[in-house]
Amino acid sequence: MKLKNYKMSIALRKPIELFRKTWMQIALSIILILPLAIGFSLLYKAWPLLNPDDLGKLLFGSVWSPSQGNFGLFPFISSSVFVAGVGLIIMIPVCLSSAIYITQFAPRWISRILRAAIDILAGMPSVIFGLWGVITIVPIVGNWAKQQGAQNPTGYSILAAGIVVSISVMPYVLNMLLELFESVTSELKETALSLGASHWQAIKDVFLKKLKPGIIASFTLGMSKSFGETIAVLMVVGNVVQIPARIFDAGYPLPALLANNYGEMMSIPMYDAALMLSALILLLIVVFFNYLSHKVIRHYQAKA
Amino acid sequence: MSTKTVDLASKTQIDSRKIMTKNSSKSILSVQSLNLWHGKQQTLKNIHLNIPEKGITVLLGPSGCGKTTLLKTFNRLTDIYPDIRTEGAVLFKGQDILNKKTDVYSLRQQMGLLSQRPHPLPGSIADNIRYALKLKGISNKTEQNHRIEFFLQKVALWEEVKDRLKSSSGSLSIGQQQRLCLARGLAIEPKVILADEPTSALDPISSRKIEEQFKELSQEYSIVLVTHILRQAKRLADYVAFMYFGEIIEQGLPGELFENPQTDTLKEYLSVGH
Repeated sequence: MKLKNYKMSIALRKPIELFRKTWMQIALSIILILPLAIGFSLLYKAWPLLNPDDLGKLLFGSVWSPSQGNFGLFPFISSSVFVAGVGLIIMIPVCLSSAIYITQFAPRWISRILRAAIDILAGMPSVIFGLWGVITIVPIVGNWAKQQGAQNPTGYSILAAGIVVSISVMPYVLNMLLELFESVTSELKETALSLGASHWQAIKDVFLKKLKPGIIASFTLGMSKSFGETIAVLMVVGNVVQIPARIFDAGYPLPALLANNYGEMMSIPMYDAALMLSALILLLIVVFFNYLSHKVIRHYQAKA
Repeated sequence: MSTKTVDLASKTQIDSRKIMTKNSSKSILSVQSLNLWHGKQQTLKNIHLNIPEKGITVLLGPSGCGKTTLLKTFNRLTDIYPDIRTEGAVLFKGQDILNKKTDVYSLRQQMGLLSQRPHPLPGSIADNIRYALKLKGISNKTEQNHRIEFFLQKVALWEEVKDRLKSSSGSLSIGQQQRLCLARGLAIEPKVILADEPTSALDPISSRKIEEQFKELSQEYSIVLVTHILRQAKRLADYVAFMYFGEIIEQGLPGELFENPQTDTLKEYLSVGH
């Protein structure tokens, strides 16, 4: 009786195996096809606007009046770059020093509390960061802007958006950095110390140098996440269509443009194509930064 | 090293304690009643050991017996593990290494370390030695380059790498890397070389090269070599301490110790060891 069952399971194994394999291949192909499909559908929808003669005007034009058929996207692109750049400048020192402190200096119990805090921040819905930005960051930036005699004293600005975006992306970058710094072996530390280096010299000259590719890649991925941050930025950036020149100026990044206007995109001719194009640009920026981070890692791996 | 010192030192532990006070000038490192705990577990128990100036002192024993830990107390690398606690003294030039007031950075620069596996620092071959020189306060480029050549020649690596000093240290074979690490350790101009099973990751030919270099270096430096390989100990040792479960069970001249072991533990180690 038992023997018979055994034989049956052998007989079934091949089809089950085949089914599993096929299922995995299907799952994999969905993951591979999805970004391409999104990219192509955006391209398809934006196509009516993509006239080679007008491309320059689209990307670098600053006039945005959909009802007149003017779709200059440069205010949005420049706002996006500006916000992500400010976010990065805030992120680099804060993330690096926290990662170094947590992995190198903090007593174990403090490091455990800090890690828990980072995980909570990482799981926080970004609308909360946005709301918090509105009630705290915006007034602070507004006061500062007044003191500086800025044109826009409201506080809804590139700076406020940069701060909020850095806070929402930081846990993500920090987790990558923590993993990196933990990959430093105690032997490497002993090696540096045994030459007479202080702990800080070992970190500065040896660990940072060794982890450089990983650190650059982490921040590059952080950048691409900054570009995509939508709701928190939208809530504090001011949403004024202009090319921001100072950190106190209001801006209007690409994700905010999409989130604010997708409801009415069918009301004006070509409006939908313009929004799809801006979505495509956003996607390309994110893909570019991801590619860059892989490139950085490859470059250093080849050298090592 | 005089025969007399060693004769006396090779007797019991209590004896060697007395000798230390008599002949401390002859030994470069003197371990006195050293106890060490990892948390609640005691890893070193009442260690007494005089490490003679110049020559190779071998710390022999099975894995996990505390050899490496003992070695790391000599340059206070034990400091970086917060759950390690020590008692007793290790005298170096008459000063207690374990004293909190000891300048640990200059102490470490008198103890070159060679670890089990080579750990090249990030950067080029030259950078590895340059870093040691920088920590020594040598910032003049010409002087640096001069010394880089000097120390690479000292470990017989110069001819192999002189045309690619700027290429990554990772491009070297593991045996070459270990010699680079040795050169880096020598570049801080130590008095003592601490070697922690330095050949355990190497192929026989690379091992032999390191051993030959140790023989040569033992004319100038005091070398403390940790190993569990009996034959290596026999080849290199000028003085041997046999460790077992955190204790030094026997110590003495290799001739006496290997020919005439006193304890059953050592007898067994000698009979099955290789």
